[in-house]
Amino acid sequence: MAEPLVETRGLTVDYATGRSLRGPANASTRVLRGVDIRIDAGEIVGIVGESGSGKSTLGRALLGLVPASEGQVLFAGHPLNAQPDGALALRRHMQMIFQDPMSSLNPRHTIRTILTRPILLHGIAANQAAADAAAAAVLDRVGLPLEVLARYPHELSGGQRQRIGIARAVMLRPRFVLADEIISGQDVSTQARVLVLLKELCAEIGMALAFISHDLSVIRALCHRVYVLNGGVVVEEGSCEAVFAAPQHAYTRALIDAIPLPVVGTGWLAA
Amino acid sequence: MADVTAAAASRRTWQPMISAALRDPKVVVGGGFILLLIILALGADFIAPHDPLAQDLMLGSLPPAGMAGAESGYWMGTDDLGRDVLSRFIHGTRVALTVAFVAATIAALVGTVVGLLAGYFGGWIDVVVSRLIEIWMAFPAVLLSILIVAILGSGVHSVIIAIAIIDWTRFARVVRAETMAQRQADYVTASTVLGFSRLGILAGEILPNVLWVVLGLFTLELGLAVVIEAILSFVGLSVSSDTPTWGGMIAQGRGIIYQAWWVFALPLAGLLATVLAFNQLGAGLRRSLDPVMQR
Ligand SMILES: Nc1ncnc2c1ncn2[C@@H]1O[C@H](COP(=O)(O)OP(=O)(O)OP(=O)(O)O)[C@@H](O)[C@H]1O
Ligand SMILES: [Mg+2]
Repeated sequence: MAEPLVETRGLTVDYATGRSLRGPANASTRVLRGVDIRIDAGEIVGIVGESGSGKSTLGRALLGLVPASEGQVLFAGHPLNAQPDGALALRRHMQMIFQDPMSSLNPRHTIRTILTRPILLHGIAANQAAADAAAAAVLDRVGLPLEVLARYPHELSGGQRQRIGIARAVMLRPRFVLADEIISGQDVSTQARVLVLLKELCAEIGMALAFISHDLSVIRALCHRVYVLNGGVVVEEGSCEAVFAAPQHAYTRALIDAIPLPVVGTGWLAA
Repeated sequence: MADVTAAAASRRTWQPMISAALRDPKVVVGGGFILLLIILALGADFIAPHDPLAQDLMLGSLPPAGMAGAESGYWMGTDDLGRDVLSRFIHGTRVALTVAFVAATIAALVGTVVGLLAGYFGGWIDVVVSRLIEIWMAFPAVLLSILIVAILGSGVHSVIIAIAIIDWTRFARVVRAETMAQRQADYVTASTVLGFSRLGILAGEILPNVLWVVLGLFTLELGLAVVIEAILSFVGLSVSSDTPTWGGMIAQGRGIIYQAWWVFALPLAGLLATVLAFNQLGAGLRRSLDPVMQR
């Protein structure tokens, strides 16, 4: 079997809850306990679980944004915590799409600045003209007009901002992208178009996607494999068909039973 | 082709921003008044109708033009030593503006850098900075400035240093709080994920968001510095009494307020108008230029 792109081994994450620096005991809560997951190149993997189960924490650990207290995260075989701070080459290949597109875009940068600064930083575009051309191309790809380049984030609609967030991530041609609850709070047709776009982009760029959601119907339509998280532990994993057809764990069965019937809006992703 | 259109579509040039600012009445009125003061300060030697130091006891305590007993050519009257009040006021803009711009700039630079570092990095830097600010705030500003000038000796330099030493905390406090708030936003995490360094994020992402509060504080500080300089002149700690200053005129005019109230009134009015003009200019600039403030 080929080497996995992203892999965790016995990943355990604690959040300090002691607050005080000089408190008697450094209290902490264990949010993830011995999580083993693997994501192969080009694979779309769903991560589901109820609120507070540790999905976002797992996602952030995959990107090296929260440290592992035990175990490790490997990216293309390199342990993340062993990477020096500015491991730029590695950074480029692990991107993220945020839940709140307003907060994730700098309110005082134009869309042009937001899209071109990262590719200039990574040397993907040699100069501003090349970066502008790349920005124009990606806008076209995500279905936004060129005029938005001169705008500030608050001058766009929520759906347009979401597309800018996606564009910014895929412009680096990353090998792995994390999407954390990116479609909550949008209407069904907007959700559908965003998901179709994501699926196409994954295929075009050959990037792997970790898709965090509590919406099982979306996971089922989008993902190849799924991890079910409960209380910081992976309780079930497997291909989507297998897990949805015959859930092994009572918790997964409960989640599946909670899907409202009839399941709306999955046909469009079948292609 | 694509790059040409992209460049054209994305160009936010300065011309429309400047014309937007120039259409704002606050900028026009506030900025116009400050511009007038700058012209007076630079051209004082040519603009002032009389030598600000020339005494003529025959012409002492003349009232302003239009009042009974006024002498032509002395528009705002003379003081008890017969010096032309308008000329002294015009020359007084030099010290006022020099102190305002230099002191406010130093205070803003120091306070902003310290506030950014404390707010962004937290930890021991923040502990040290927060304690320093608390200690600073515990001293009454005016007493502290008098103390500093008394130690350094009087003069424009000492006044500038005193104001900067006292008022950098004004900037540091606000910038620290604003930086801490900005740090929580997802765009900072996004920048980390995109590969920007911590200092790069501070300078390139957070600073553009904090700069607008700094602008507001800066214009406030410009006005405050003029007031503090006037207070120090008033108590005789600013520049030598040969140099005309607004504070010096106020102090002198207060003593002769029953014989010649105009010696007191003109610099006081100038002081208030300057503070107001700086504030209006700051509010107007932000209103017309800050992308997030635009209606
Ligand atoms: N910065 C933090 N400090 C302390 N505890 C935290 C922190 N972030 C999250 N937690 C706790 O960790 C647990 C898991 O949080 P996490 O955000 O990973 O859940 P989630 O599965 O993403 O939930 P949701 O579906 O609501 O987004 C929760 O109990 C939460 O209270
Ligand atoms: Mg979450």
